[in-house]
Amino acid sequence: MELILALAIGVLGGSGVWLLMRPRTFQLIIGLSLLSYAVNLFIFSMGRFPVGKPPILEPGMRGDPAVFADPLPQSLVLTAIVIGFATTALFLVVMLAARGLTGGDHVDGQAGRDR
Amino acid sequence: MPDALYLSAAIALPFLGALVSALLPANARRWEAWLAGGVALAALLMVWLCYPAVTGGGAARVEIPWVPQLGLNLVLRMDGFAAVFAVMVAGIGFLVVLYARYYMSSDDPIPRFFAFLLAFMGSMMGLVLSGNLIQLVFFWELTSLFSFLLIGYWQHSAAARDGARMALTVTATGGLALFAGMLLLGHIVGSYDLDVVLESGNLIREHALYLPALVLILLGALTKSAQFPFHFWLPQAMAAPTPVSAYLHSATLVKAGIFLMARLWPVMAGTDEWFWILGSAGMITLILGAYVAIFQHDVKGLLAYSTISHLGLITLLLSLNSPLAMVAAIFHTMNHATFKASLFMAAGIIDHETGTRDIRRLSGLNKTMPFTARLALVAAAAMAGVPLLNGFISKEMFFTEALTASTAPTLLHSIMPVAATIAGIFAVTYSLRFIHGAFFGPDTGDMPKVPHEPPQFMRVPVEVLVFGCMVVGILPAATIGPFLDVAVRSILGGETPEYSLAVWHGVNLPLVMSVLALIGGVVLYRLLQRHFSTGVEGTPLLRGLDGRRIFDQAMVFLSWRFARTLERLLGTARLQMQLRLMVVVCFGAAALALLPQGLALGGVQLTRVDPVVGLIWAAGGLSAIGAAYQAKYHRLAALILLGGAGLATCLTFVWFSAPDLAVTQLLVEVVTTVLLLLGLRWMPKRIELPGSDRLLARLRRYRDFGIAVAAGAGLTAISYATMTRASPDGISRHFLERAYVEGGGTNVVNVILVDFRGFDTLGEITVLGIVALTVFALLRRFRPAPESIGMPDQQQAGEARDWLAVPAVTMRLLFPVICLVAFYLLLRGHDLPGGGFAGGLMLSIGILLQYMAGGTRWVEDHLRVHPLRWMAAGLLLAAGTGTAALFFGRPFLTSYFAYADLGILGKLPMASAMLFDIGVFALVFGATVLMLIAIAHQSVRSQRAAPPPPPSTALPGDD
Repeated sequence: MELILALAIGVLGGSGVWLLMRPRTFQLIIGLSLLSYAVNLFIFSMGRFPVGKPPILEPGMRGDPAVFADPLPQSLVLTAIVIGFATTALFLVVMLAARGLTGGDHVDGQAGRDR
Repeated sequence: MPDALYLSAAIALPFLGALVSALLPANARRWEAWLAGGVALAALLMVWLCYPAVTGGGAARVEIPWVPQLGLNLVLRMDGFAAVFAVMVAGIGFLVVLYARYYMSSDDPIPRFFAFLLAFMGSMMGLVLSGNLIQLVFFWELTSLFSFLLIGYWQHSAAARDGARMALTVTATGGLALFAGMLLLGHIVGSYDLDVVLESGNLIREHALYLPALVLILLGALTKSAQFPFHFWLPQAMAAPTPVSAYLHSATLVKAGIFLMARLWPVMAGTDEWFWILGSAGMITLILGAYVAIFQHDVKGLLAYSTISHLGLITLLLSLNSPLAMVAAIFHTMNHATFKASLFMAAGIIDHETGTRDIRRLSGLNKTMPFTARLALVAAAAMAGVPLLNGFISKEMFFTEALTASTAPTLLHSIMPVAATIAGIFAVTYSLRFIHGAFFGPDTGDMPKVPHEPPQFMRVPVEVLVFGCMVVGILPAATIGPFLDVAVRSILGGETPEYSLAVWHGVNLPLVMSVLALIGGVVLYRLLQRHFSTGVEGTPLLRGLDGRRIFDQAMVFLSWRFARTLERLLGTARLQMQLRLMVVVCFGAAALALLPQGLALGGVQLTRVDPVVGLIWAAGGLSAIGAAYQAKYHRLAALILLGGAGLATCLTFVWFSAPDLAVTQLLVEVVTTVLLLLGLRWMPKRIELPGSDRLLARLRRYRDFGIAVAAGAGLTAISYATMTRASPDGISRHFLERAYVEGGGTNVVNVILVDFRGFDTLGEITVLGIVALTVFALLRRFRPAPESIGMPDQQQAGEARDWLAVPAVTMRLLFPVICLVAFYLLLRGHDLPGGGFAGGLMLSIGILLQYMAGGTRWVEDHLRVHPLRWMAAGLLLAAGTGTAALFFGRPFLTSYFAYADLGILGKLPMASAMLFDIGVFALVFGATVLMLIAIAHQSVRSQRAAPPPPPSTALPGDD
């Protein structure tokens, strides 16, 4: 099971890195989203992969890490998901503004500035 | 401990005065002067009160611990030598303030002038009273900084700006070298404490690092004291107001280098290196400065070069490694400060009252301003070394030392008497040039203003200083003697030699040299009359050697050509290249960290493979690869595939006991997809054309593919290696055990977010709000590309409306249900999966569906959402809940909880964290809706005045 998830992280991350180095802004957005999935999964994996461990306590009890799912990576990832959404939105708008200002969608503002 | 108070006050008072001075109104000239003068006098008084502690040869010392572990303490230390400098700084500072009161014009921004002047005084005080090397360097740099501001005080003048910049560049660069040197010195000694350093002379001189430390420290000292080859900044600094020149360039700033060399003399001098560096620099400066001074037409320029020459003289004395020369150096430092400050002031009076400083235009001022003429005459005579004035005595000592030194075998030693005599001749010549050129000769009437005597009090500082020159010159032993003795003893200690401060030592060789210099100077001046009358600029024989031009060329090279070349070779403006480098460097850094240990697997029992998860990720991985493959030409497909990868992630969260994450991920997925869909409409069409693939582009792609595969493989390896190890027992236990008992909720993730780590969440929603506002602001100025302004084909044909007819009914019907679910998610968040984030996103999706079903205009005719108000309310509620805890005497964001029994509805958790979560809910909802609506509105706005759609153009793709 761990291998599957490690491979999943690798595939998501690799695809994201590939898109990160592409010249079009939209590719960059998709790439960053894929990369954030990979990173979120990686952080999540710090709690390992408990199957059948409950995440919710019973009222009045003190939780035991051996019995319950690790809440710490979960809350970190939850924060990361929301912030990731915000940065995607911001990046989209910057992309739109750049598109309007430069007339193109190249990440450098204009295509063909290769030296 | 009154000494502690006095010493601290001597440094702190000028800085405080500077602060007050800067805050006074611009027209408070009189107050400024009173304040600055009062501060200078007070600082002088402080030094005076402290003086008894140092007369016995000891030092007053205050130590305020700061970082004692690193040897960094604030140490104030005053011995006899420092006291002499402190008195010069405060005393001449007072006279300069008095002078500046009359010199500065009412058009000048006075608060700035006195604020900088006082701050400089404080820095200088700090420098001379430092008992710690690092602290000394700190104040050293402060003096560079404030001298920069003072030289550039008349910002409107290009000469002032250039001069200030040059002074700062040279002295601050020297300061950096000095800092490095001091660090080395501290390393050698093992302490930065001056007292410890001063006791470690043998250790320092015999250390392997002695030479580097010496060179670096002397670089600092020689740049500051304008010694060859760094002398060129001082004449340029003459663009400063004359009070500044009188203060900085006679008594204080340029003497800082001398101060430092004398300070470290007991522990660093006495070696051949010391003699050769300082001896050659000092001798060249002495003669060169004096020679160039003769040919200056600007009065202040003449004084500047003469200052350079005199500083060279002192440096030469310090280089001789002889205690008697040390005495002469300290004595001449004091004498030079007195006569040069008064001469600068006299030059300023001439400039002020005649409107020019050009010797070629000045003439016959002796008649119109007799008092000033007499004062300048005496001061210039002191500078030339005329008997019965203070300059004569120290010059006599210099000649004696030059003769003593000439018995040593080296060439530099043996030419010293000749060089000293030549420099003496030159000094007489330029002094004559100044006096004779400006005050004597016919009254030509060629001056911009009709000259007259200055206000009486403007002359007082000059009178005081000239009086000093005369008294010391006539009765040296009775006046300056005790103070000089204390100063010398504090440097030399037991090695203090016998010396005599008499005016008359009988007819001896130094006297002959003095007489020779006087006669030679007069003769030389007569001989050069013809040259002066031609009025040509520049120095004969040395026209090519222009330090300023060399400096300018070096600066242009360094700051422009060299920088541009480096940027061209090493920099890139291209984002792709930067990102590529970043990825490669990250990969390399990780590899480097892992190389020594390798990446072995841990020993944890792996969980059983579940084919369902395998299938999910087969689909998810293929989606990710597909998205990467299609993102260029098929954006919609890529977006859908991205959603596929997101869903796989979401299912993973469900599978492994993270319901909160799954809910949030799912909702975010929906909102992100809609957001990107809204954006797609503005992107240029991109159609894959056959044959657009160039070989180079293909090669680039192969390389990127390689990097991507490597990065992915690396991620897999690291993740797998991590997952096969047991997770450490971190702080999770803490949260799990206390979530219900102290936080009152069974959903631990939510309790962490809104209670334990509430402050993080508050920061996070603030960021979310800022992002939403930024999006909103950016889109207000949005200018779409011309070809995407028109209505899309699908909308023009009206087909879209028909397609949506049935779903639209469902969407409208679902709206109340979605709202209900959203509030349910919010309310149950503390105990069950859900919470403010999920609820807020859910509600915004409800609104979003209405926009999709009815169109922007229809929704806004029926429902006003006011996202900005939601955001404001949410943020206020969240922050307010946190602040409320303060009223109960608890720390910020402490939560309180209880359960409310609502009868058949069950028990409702009533934690104060609930209110906080409602704030989160409102803000998330407001921010999301604001962003979505802002983007959605662009279509409506830009179509209002849309030009007829241009023929759509397809851009060929290129990598």
